[in-house]
Amino acid sequence: MYQRILLAVDGSKHSERATEQAVAIASLTEGSLIEVVLVADFSKAKNEVLHSQGKEELEVARRKKLINIEKIIQEKNVSYEVNILHGEPGPTIVSHANDQQFDLLVIGSRGLNTLQEMVLGSVSHKVVKRADCPVLVVK
Amino acid sequence: MIEKIKTSWFSNVRGDILAGIVVALALIPEAIAFSIIAGVDPMVGLYASFCIAVIIAFTGGRPGMISAATGAMALLMVPLVKEYGLDYLLAATILTGVIQILFGIFKVAKVMQFVPRAVMIGFVNSLAILIFMAQVPHFIGINNLTYVFVAITLLIVYLLPRFIKTIPAPLIAIVLLTAVALYGNFDLRTVGDLGAITQSLPSFFIPNVPFTFETLMIIFPYSLALAIVGLLESLLTASIVDDMTDTESNKNKEARGQGIANVATGFFGGMAGCAMIGQSVINVKSGGRGRLSTLVAGTFLMFLILVLGNLVVQIPMPVLVGIMIMVSIGTFDWTSFKYLKNAPKADAAVMVVTMGIVVATHDLSKGVIAGVLLSAVFFVIKISKIQVQKQIVDHSTVYHVTGQLFFASVDNFVDAIDLTDREGKIKIDFSQAHVWDDSAVGAIDKVVLKLSENDNEVTISGLNKSSQKIVNQLAVQRLNTEVVQEG
Repeated sequence: MYQRILLAVDGSKHSERATEQAVAIASLTEGSLIEVVLVADFSKAKNEVLHSQGKEELEVARRKKLINIEKIIQEKNVSYEVNILHGEPGPTIVSHANDQQFDLLVIGSRGLNTLQEMVLGSVSHKVVKRADCPVLVVK
Repeated sequence: MIEKIKTSWFSNVRGDILAGIVVALALIPEAIAFSIIAGVDPMVGLYASFCIAVIIAFTGGRPGMISAATGAMALLMVPLVKEYGLDYLLAATILTGVIQILFGIFKVAKVMQFVPRAVMIGFVNSLAILIFMAQVPHFIGINNLTYVFVAITLLIVYLLPRFIKTIPAPLIAIVLLTAVALYGNFDLRTVGDLGAITQSLPSFFIPNVPFTFETLMIIFPYSLALAIVGLLESLLTASIVDDMTDTESNKNKEARGQGIANVATGFFGGMAGCAMIGQSVINVKSGGRGRLSTLVAGTFLMFLILVLGNLVVQIPMPVLVGIMIMVSIGTFDWTSFKYLKNAPKADAAVMVVTMGIVVATHDLSKGVIAGVLLSAVFFVIKISKIQVQKQIVDHSTVYHVTGQLFFASVDNFVDAIDLTDREGKIKIDFSQAHVWDDSAVGAIDKVVLKLSENDNEVTISGLNKSSQKIVNQLAVQRLNTEVVQEG
């Protein structure tokens, strides 16, 4: 049923809960694949580059956000791949989802930055509105 | 080769042209404001932005990055312009370019990437503070209307982007408020009060300075500071653009490119510039990726000045001040407060010292140099902590040495060993240590000599291969060393 699942994460608790749901769904289908996507936000690029001594440290900092998420997936023996994209989170997730065929997109209801969400609207809301595939928003 | 030119120029034509236009619109107010900071006519900054952007589009090492007249550079020029005038600034700009080209050729640029991040954070923060401070005389204590215009400008630049995303909000603020000011005939200072705008293309001329050693001595300190600060900001910006676009750039080529752009700018009546963080981020966000975006930004900027030059002088100063306050707020690294709390004490101190020195001297380069030196000292202190543990096993004494043994740590090492021991068996275990230099070998020598004089039987053990080598080469004493097998 759900062969290819796109899981959009940002390292927050919400995205860990979304991961649990994605794993539960994936384990129902034989040969399913979860693609984990983390978006390196354009508006944080200056800050992140400034605070890391070189490219490698930045890379490690981003991988760290994925450690817990990868652990959750590995525990259930679901196959997965990880992809780090660059852009503004909402539009980047949407265009990535719409460029390829996904059976389901799973995303946490809110991310790390609540203040920004109040002003700009949440990423999950944008994704629900504009993605072509079915979307599961996890509370 | 042709393939490479094609991808760096024409792989994203539509996105590059649109983004270039957006950047040109956003560049105008900044180029004018930075000229005012430097104390020169607005045309000097506008010519610089045009020349630098156009030339760097061809010579730069980071496609999609925007370079033009910047605040960091403008702030460094202030005393030179005040004391010696525009021609010396142009000469200094050319020399800045020459220094940067040399930095590029001798690969100094690559080394500058290793400036500690605490220094870089201090750098952007003090830049933000200086840009803000430069605005103060233009809006404090002039009249109430000035405050009102600054406030309205800030409201527009912060609120409007939520509704209108395609046109840069600062430009909307300028057009709208200039119209209001003209219509209402308000008592506000304008750009025209601070300098003239000429609607002509820049032309080539040689700065009118005496070609003497004296001139060189006047401009050289400024040029060196400009070269360092310009490259520092350019390389930081390049790393940001690298990260945003997930591509690589050639840092030494960028340094050479910045140099070539500054040399040319100086001959065309523009002030020295460098890459701009804010504008480059705007460019990438607006879809700019290739060299074409930088070229379009420069040429469209010049086109706008040729067409609209008359109106530019009418821009009320409070509007520019508002935009510069926005630029300084955007430049400041607001996570620094968290950094101060969480980072190691030494790093936090380096950041604070960098900022303190810049704000006190108004010279970014001095802060950076002090910050780098201080971090170097802290680094030496950090790794010079050497631990020596004394252990008594079967009537013999064993010293376990842990850490780096070099000129800064030899004293701690010597102090930790009891040189008054007599007639015993003493072993010094170096298996958790590394021997780096002559001072270290000298210290080991001295310790062994002293202990042997007191009729002790001294053994050295656990030296790793490179430590063993340096000890063998330099030791005066014939040290009794146990060679341990690796593994």
